Amino acid sequence: MLTFTVIGSFWLEIALKVRVLKRIKRVLMSVIPVAILFLIWDAYAVASGHWKFDPEQVVGIYGPFGIPLEEYLFFIIVPMAAIMTIEGVRSVKKHWLVGDEKK
Amino acid sequence: MIYSDIAVVGVIFAVFFDLYGVKTTLLSRKIFWTSYAIIVPFQLMTNWWLTSRGIVTYSPDAIIGTRIAGAPIEDLLFGFALVLSTMSLWVYWGRKGVQPKN
Repeated sequence: MLTFTVIGSFWLEIALKVRVLKRIKRVLMSVIPVAILFLIWDAYAVASGHWKFDPEQVVGIYGPFGIPLEEYLFFIIVPMAAIMTIEGVRSVKKHWLVGDEKK
Repeated sequence: MIYSDIAVVGVIFAVFFDLYGVKTTLLSRKIFWTSYAIIVPFQLMTNWWLTSRGIVTYSPDAIIGTRIAGAPIEDLLFGFALVLSTMSLWVYWGRKGVQPKN
């Protein structure tokens, strides 16, 4: 699933030259604070039994709060894909304002 | 709180963050809704993958029970909050001059 997301979005980096990965500092400053909040939610949900991950279908590496490695990667990769998507749309719709244009 | 409650709180938080927190007002922009419309089908595909194979299972007590593409409808709220808050921060940092141009 993570591979699918990477294939589905990271080609934009090359094809549309969105240069998101080249701006990795801005990516991390955007992704990490959000990821932390969602991982707290995830930890709570796992602890409360809202959802669970099949131990047979994860690689078996667990981080803090019993969250599988894949889940940590999910909250890094999926938001990066979202950023690439909006930058991809910007690159084909150049007149659409995003909100960070120079005044 | 169950998944449904937290998902709603997540959306409210993301909306307030965008409109009043960092004031990126992505919710009023075509670029956001177009991007989100591209993302949703992919989310549904990955949701189907994760639920149909039983990689993730949900407690019936934590969800209202309506499902889309195998996953609880709450998942769309979750995804919306994740995508909106990340994009808002991305635009916010760009506006602040953090690696603004590609």
